[in-house]
Amino acid sequence: MRIKIVSLPVRDQQKALDFYTNILGFVKKVDAPLGGGNRWLTVVSKYDQDGIELLLEPAPLHFEPSKVYQDELMKAGIPYTQFYVDNLQEEHERLVGLGVEFSMPPKDMGTVIAAVFNDTCGNNIQLVEEK
Amino acid sequence: MNHYIQELEKIKKICFSNEEQLDVAIKTKRYLDHNFGEKINLDVLAQLQCTSKYHLIRVFKKYYGITPRQYLINKRIEKAKIILKSGKSVSDTCYTVGFESLNSFSNLFKAKTGKSPSMYRKATFDKSKNKI
Repeated sequence: MRIKIVSLPVRDQQKALDFYTNILGFVKKVDAPLGGGNRWLTVVSKYDQDGIELLLEPAPLHFEPSKVYQDELMKAGIPYTQFYVDNLQEEHERLVGLGVEFSMPPKDMGTVIAAVFNDTCGNNIQLVEEK
Repeated sequence: MNHYIQELEKIKKICFSNEEQLDVAIKTKRYLDHNFGEKINLDVLAQLQCTSKYHLIRVFKKYYGITPRQYLINKRIEKAKIILKSGKSVSDTCYTVGFESLNSFSNLFKAKTGKSPSMYRKATFDKSKNKI
């Protein structure tokens, strides 16, 4: 058994695709229609294109508990998902320059530095740099 | 300050308040990151941090969840995957990433990735050639 896909609930798949590719720099891997305007839509890291896929799935639009869970996580500032970067300070500056909003700027957390931003699709995302 | 940041503050106080220990763990990890291709043993690591082997293992595991030896093996296998993907031979890769025995490299590689180094090289190197 292998981990191949991790799901991320998003409010608007097209908006999410734009944000995750144009702002974060991921690459679209699969984009297949599922009917009703929904898509099987995955992105991967540019540096590991055969690696784990992130599924941008529209659950909050079709399943109320998913929306409630996502809203509550957002309110509490809790990140559902995290990505690793080599230099968090640089990445933070780059993203702020592109208009991304951080609820937590880079913060020392012992063995790592972490920051949290709003992905504009309903999620807090944590960026991590290993020390 | 939102709920998450408050929780992080609590965790930081509980887990990361001993700066001396944290420093030993981080410096050891960095040493392994930069010297994984060299001959490394616990005596060397402990000596570098002016501490005992047992203390070093305990502190490293406390902060990283695995022992320095496990961390080193993971690092070597991760680097070996990149090198094999570039087309380098299995034996060259084995010695480049710091293993001294081809046999133990192959066994560990298979245990960690599910494929032997030669199978992994064939699968990934051929795939990258086909992309070109």
